[in-house]
Amino acid sequence: MSWVSKTLSSTLGQKLLMALTGLFLILFLVVHLAGNLQLLIPDGGEAFNKYAATMAGNPFIKVVSIGNFAFILLHVVYAILLSRHNKKSRPVQYAKVKGSTNSTWSSRNMGILGTILLIFILVHLRGFYYEVKFGTLPTAVYDGVEFKDVFAIVSASYSNIIYVAFYVLSMGFLAFHLSHGFASAFQTLGLNHVKYSPLIRKVGLIFSILIPALFALIPLVMFFQN
Amino acid sequence: MNLTLKVWRQKNTADQGGFKEYKISGISEDMSFLEMLDVLNEDLSTKGEDPVHFDHDCREGICGMCSLYIDGKPHGPQQTTTCQLHMRSFSDGDVITIEPWRAKAFPVLKDLVVNRSAFDRIIQAGGYVSVNTGGVPDANEIPIPKSIADLAMDAAQCIGCGACVAACKNASAMLFTSAKISQLALLPQGQVERKIRAEKMVAQMDAEGFGACTNTGACEAECPKGISITNIARMNREYFSAVVSSDSV
Repeated sequence: MSWVSKTLSSTLGQKLLMALTGLFLILFLVVHLAGNLQLLIPDGGEAFNKYAATMAGNPFIKVVSIGNFAFILLHVVYAILLSRHNKKSRPVQYAKVKGSTNSTWSSRNMGILGTILLIFILVHLRGFYYEVKFGTLPTAVYDGVEFKDVFAIVSASYSNIIYVAFYVLSMGFLAFHLSHGFASAFQTLGLNHVKYSPLIRKVGLIFSILIPALFALIPLVMFFQN
Repeated sequence: MNLTLKVWRQKNTADQGGFKEYKISGISEDMSFLEMLDVLNEDLSTKGEDPVHFDHDCREGICGMCSLYIDGKPHGPQQTTTCQLHMRSFSDGDVITIEPWRAKAFPVLKDLVVNRSAFDRIIQAGGYVSVNTGGVPDANEIPIPKSIADLAMDAAQCIGCGACVAACKNASAMLFTSAKISQLALLPQGQVERKIRAEKMVAQMDAEGFGACTNTGACEAECPKGISITNIARMNREYFSAVVSSDSV
């Protein structure tokens, strides 16, 4: 085995990949949120539809989106590999465990949280990404130019109370996933310092509450507007 | 105090094992947990039964020999070694569950005794420094900042008891390995083998079948010597910088 594959197959190397892909996905959340917030502009979806068209036509965004899918896949694959390895490391379980006395619930259940989020991502991709890319969409015309009316299908989805509830609940799970994952990624990268770590933990906590809350706000506002 | 003990009994590594319940009475709250087990064993010996096997040595909290997963926590409800845990931490009538450390790398030898040689092999892989033969060097010949010496000493406090592995939901040995890497990486004496040490000790840790770290912090919370997970971050830095810069391909 070469030194690269040896490193990346070690427990530390696998954790490094989890941390790096996780941090990329955290960045992606910010960009995605910035785009989504345009849904709330009261112009019948013009700003959002124009933004969607710009994103779809930008070759740089195409490369990033391929990277994004690859990183989600890597994050999932390595999560499965590590979880399997970790399960094998304790073949006989304890009869009694008081886990809550020494660690947070989310830190012990990242796998379960991640699985729920994966299901959310798949449903989310089927409902929006797939429809926009391969489905037949209504069109909207602004200043004589025809745009795909992405806003219309988003708005339609967000008028369904079950979908909105599913979305908001998933964002709750995202908050818990991030509340551990954000700071944990820095620790895995070896970035633990008496000066910066308290700041990283604070930013991580604010991030894990604020970002999912803003994501969840959009379908809620649109549902009650309808 | 009158107590009910649910103790893990296992004849040998191959045996499946199971819990056995014992009633025990007349326990003083000033007894250590191990002394309470001594009373139980006196009882069992008198009755002609096989006493409960458990690890112990110095009984002063410095050797790291005692283990025991007591009521869902390594070394019981206090953040200390089992020998320093006293019965006043329990109440009359309590049912106490006593299990061995559970990890693939720590096979049960008998009852509550586990084989922790995996830790020795991690140390053997690189937890040493080169020392030249010759005259004894003068004291304070090598200047070491106080803050660095303190950090190295903090890491060196690890007594290798294995509570970190026992506490970790993944049975990961990263707190132990990182403490052993840190105590030498921080000091000038440890620089010669610095890179090869990080690479070899991490490789050995993986080869022993310990789990990976999820940064839950359970190890730090349960460590009787208060070893910090900043050592794990240091190990990660040491390892990643070693693999990209060392000569071993």
